[in-house]
Amino acid sequence: MSEKISLKGALFNPLSKNNPVVVQVLGICSVLAVTAKLEPAIVMGISVIAVLAFSNVIISLIRNTIPTNIRIIVQLVVVAGLVVIVDQLLKAYAYDVSKQLSVFIGLIITNCILMGRLEAFAMANKPLPSFLDGIGNGLGYTVILVIVGFFRELLGSGTLLGYQVVPDSFYEAGYVNNGLMILPPMALIIVACIIWVQRARNKDLQEP
Amino acid sequence: MLRKYLDRIKPNFEEGGRLHSFHSVFDGIETFLYTPRTTSASGVHIHDSLDSKRIMIIVVLALMPCLLFGMYNTGYQNFLGSGAASFPLLPIMAYGFLAILPKIAVTYVVGLGIEFIAAQWRKEEIQEGFLVTGILVPLICPIETPLWMLAVATAFSVIFVKEVFGGTGYNIFNVALVTRAFLFFAYPASMSGDRAFISASPICGIGGTVNFADGISGATPLGQIATHSGGALQIHNIVGDPVSNWDAFLGLIPGSFGETSTLCILIGAALLLTTGIASWRIMLSVFAGGLLAGFVVNMFATPTYPSSYLMPWQQLIYGGFAFAAVFMATDPVTAARTGAGKYVYGLLVGIMAIVIRVYNNGYPEGAMLAVLLMNAFAPLIDYCVVQTNINRRVNRLKTKAEKQS
Repeated sequence: MSEKISLKGALFNPLSKNNPVVVQVLGICSVLAVTAKLEPAIVMGISVIAVLAFSNVIISLIRNTIPTNIRIIVQLVVVAGLVVIVDQLLKAYAYDVSKQLSVFIGLIITNCILMGRLEAFAMANKPLPSFLDGIGNGLGYTVILVIVGFFRELLGSGTLLGYQVVPDSFYEAGYVNNGLMILPPMALIIVACIIWVQRARNKDLQEP
Repeated sequence: MLRKYLDRIKPNFEEGGRLHSFHSVFDGIETFLYTPRTTSASGVHIHDSLDSKRIMIIVVLALMPCLLFGMYNTGYQNFLGSGAASFPLLPIMAYGFLAILPKIAVTYVVGLGIEFIAAQWRKEEIQEGFLVTGILVPLICPIETPLWMLAVATAFSVIFVKEVFGGTGYNIFNVALVTRAFLFFAYPASMSGDRAFISASPICGIGGTVNFADGISGATPLGQIATHSGGALQIHNIVGDPVSNWDAFLGLIPGSFGETSTLCILIGAALLLTTGIASWRIMLSVFAGGLLAGFVVNMFATPTYPSSYLMPWQQLIYGGFAFAAVFMATDPVTAARTGAGKYVYGLLVGIMAIVIRVYNNGYPEGAMLAVLLMNAFAPLIDYCVVQTNINRRVNRLKTKAEKQS
């Protein structure tokens, strides 16, 4: 019974109560870098989900054989291998997006969320919970990425997923896209707004 | 009579009254009109007839010359551009007044609206900081800034620069300058170029239409210099006549609404300094830093950076340098607070303004960015000054103790 609850918790806690981005404030760098448009944000999110879930499983499977002294190196090797696979897949099947994401797919290796989950969860748990934890944290990351990407593309370019959303009549009436939204500072401010809303709703997250 | 009316409606706003939820609005208006009757019951450290509302009023008064001249210049540029034969004072002033009025109104409505809501939300009194910000914002924006952009930028900076940090007196960055920076980075096309600074169409039948196709360019002097290449440097006004330094000092040049006239800024500065509201240390050192940087830049003048050919004193009369030095850098909330820190702060603002202006052709005017940058450094400067003082005193105590033993 307790096993069931913790499985559910492993999957759903990272979505809001223990969100890797807005509660633990990890992986902020890529949130600023890849969210100028919605499409790369979604692709980035999916890549992180895949890498996180599988590296969690692999590390969890071999957790008892990893010598403690070199565990970080082992973790990095696993993550790096998976990132290379994802990078090659993107280059093969979604070349344009992979060009937009440029180095940031490669930089998933250094994403704090991955090291954090591997250290904190996969090293101490069985494969199934680790897998769900990876999915959950990846989703929590993706949700924030998509929200930020949505607002930045809508307000900064007037489009969503490349399709024009703001009608032409707006532009004729004098509306101008907000150029600041394309620049990284606004991503930080939108993340701050999400944190604001979330802490206002969950009183127990507020720091005294 | 007003007092009687206020007293009569006051019970409505007190605890349990009908309009209690608006009590902060009422309180704001009452203390704005009359010096508060209540005094501190417990011990206070400083007695002064000035409260922050009076300070704000004096700053607004100091801005009046700039505002009035801005109106005149806006009208003048329009008349000049539309080919008027004579320049009668009254229609020109009326034109400028009608051009700026909607902007001031929009800024105040948006900014004060947010302040009122925030004050009500936090159950605090209304803070008066926006009184000055609301007039500064239209003064530092180009006259052709669309009203909705002004509203968006004002809302952004009041919420994210002021209210989030705790309201008036707690902000790290100057609210008016952040509004301007937001506009500059968010809508660069509407904020620069040769059309933003000239009000081009008649308002209520006053003024004429400026036809930009007729070889008229409303670029500011610094804008012209930044895009200048080859040949002798000569600044032109909008109809192509050369601009003298005297014109630039008086302010009859295209530019943001209130910052063109160095003369009017100096009148405002005199008022601020005689009443002791602005720090003369900051003001002096900003000008000193500007002159110093202007001098050094001029020594190493190259054609790659055309504005490096300007004389040091010319750097001070063009663009928003003087306005930033007098009204922006001296903002007591965001500037350095220690005596020595003020010199350092001001000097760096002056130097950075000229360095950005000269060595980055993308930003013809660096004063805004310089002040914002130094806002971020002000606490660090203060910290260093305070630490040095502490160390000096500790050492003094040590030597004293050694002598005695």
